[in-house]
Amino acid sequence: MSVLVVEGLRAYYRTSAFGVPRDVRAVDDVSLAVEAGEIYGLAGESSSGKTTLIKTIAAATQPPLEVLAGSVTFNFPSGAIDMQRAGRSQLAAIRWRHLSYIMQGSMSVLNPVRRVHHAFVDFAFRHLGQPMPRFLDTVRAHLQRLQLAPDVLDAFPHQLSGGMRQRVTIALATVCRPEFIIADEPTTALDVVVQKDVLAMIRGIQRELGSSILFVTHDMAVHANLADRLGILYAGRLVEEGRTADIFRAPRHPYTAHLIASLPRLGDTAPKAGLGGVPPNLADPPPGCRFHPRCPRASAICRREVPPLEPVAPGHRVGCFHPEPAP
Amino acid sequence: MTALLELQNVSRHYGGGLFSRRQVMAVRDVSLRLEQGRPEIFTVVGESGSGKTTLARMILGMVTPSSGAIRFQGTDLSTVHGARARRAFMRKVQPIFQNPFEAFNPMKRVDRYLFATARRMADVTGAAAIAEAADTALKSVGLSLAEVGGRFPHQLSGGQLQRVAIARALIPRPALLVADEPVSMIDASLRASIVNLLRELRDRNGLTIIYITHDLATAYYVSDRIIIMRQGIVVESGEARAVLDNPQHPYSQLLKSAVLSPEVPTGVSHA
Repeated sequence: MSVLVVEGLRAYYRTSAFGVPRDVRAVDDVSLAVEAGEIYGLAGESSSGKTTLIKTIAAATQPPLEVLAGSVTFNFPSGAIDMQRAGRSQLAAIRWRHLSYIMQGSMSVLNPVRRVHHAFVDFAFRHLGQPMPRFLDTVRAHLQRLQLAPDVLDAFPHQLSGGMRQRVTIALATVCRPEFIIADEPTTALDVVVQKDVLAMIRGIQRELGSSILFVTHDMAVHANLADRLGILYAGRLVEEGRTADIFRAPRHPYTAHLIASLPRLGDTAPKAGLGGVPPNLADPPPGCRFHPRCPRASAICRREVPPLEPVAPGHRVGCFHPEPAP
Repeated sequence: MTALLELQNVSRHYGGGLFSRRQVMAVRDVSLRLEQGRPEIFTVVGESGSGKTTLARMILGMVTPSSGAIRFQGTDLSTVHGARARRAFMRKVQPIFQNPFEAFNPMKRVDRYLFATARRMADVTGAAAIAEAADTALKSVGLSLAEVGGRFPHQLSGGQLQRVAIARALIPRPALLVADEPVSMIDASLRASIVNLLRELRDRNGLTIIYITHDLATAYYVSDRIIIMRQGIVVESGEARAVLDNPQHPYSQLLKSAVLSPEVPTGVSHA
């Protein structure tokens, strides 16, 4: 059974200026499922709606962001939970215990004027239900498992390097052994050498806990090295989804194909074409397929109708009227 | 022949003042030489804390070296004093910054920057001539005044805004561009076109570009020569492809091994 099921989700930023309503359609009709024990990569540029999507999945929506349609359901061993209908106390009970987060800015997770162990107490103490000395032992054992010296508990965040801080936030997110982890650009701010180690650490703890991860980043190279399956967001819609290996070997949506072809590779100096045009304004997206103004394969139907996300091969869905030919 | 730019044993340290005993050597003993009349993309690669931005700021004359000399077209930068001399230098050496949304004032129309640069830096007078200078510069980056005129930064994409920043830098007809991480804030689908633009400016406009980056893959794609910095020291330098194909210094080898390949390795499969 899928751990996370998102169905027909629509989340708009609804504002009105001088009585003129304005909708920013940041997430428009997104359906996806994340299986137990897999890393689902979510790729997209800025303003593709990836942050709005994870906010909605985590039920962390605040006005002007509104969920207009669709559902988000988590199937935890303790029972299924509908995130849109769940009450405050229900959400508080699953957050961090079953559903946790790794954020991009470790400095905004850790309080700069308190030692690191306070963060563990604040986030995890009430979920583990252990007396304090035992709780701290659990935390230390967990840090050791992640090959972090237990001394970091007594450090202030600024005394740790950026990579070390991000490792601490990963330890923080996994100490309750959650079934589901949302990771939002966790390695984007890190140097390449550190990034590689942090990715290996995420992969290692995920394998050990058997958790599922929804891993969001714009960096396709990170997805290639980490994600089991990949969903590509463009202008608030999922345009392609499949196994990472399949998508990299033979992308079917023209946007995905361009993204992958334009990736710079060491040892390759062949000219790379840039994609013309700009990502659409989500307050006034183009009719039909939102990619059609930039698409080399666009035809009349693309300007009129929204292409549905349909299977083209087992486990591979594409939302395009004229997908790239199969290999 | 005088060099376009010459750095001789340049170092810069911070701290170590009256109240602090700790000195940080941001750049240590860096020498390099870019030739006049031989346009190239000279890449400085390093991680955070490697001193690459301090090096760029010294070349732009925004930070003075603690020791060593920087000469631009034979003139020692430490002798550039006063508004007139400073402006003459800025005409020749122009910066491009990492985040175009921070480089432009969000409350100010972007064409104002182009007009101001044309008036102050390129000594263009008259509204029509100023607009024409701006339009010419925009056309060389694939935009036009008709497209961006009167627009505010938030109405343009990151890629467009970075092009405007590059167009602005081109107005005084500089000999050297210093681009500090110009594509790291740009979306993937627009990044290739900015990187291609740097190549075009070298080949078509004969510009020499100092390209500062942490991204070895784009460095490989655009660079002619490269230096790799670590903690303020140049650990390896040479012809870019030769260095990156076969790095000699252990740190360069480590950097190269950490670059994630966009090929899906065998072994990653549906769990």
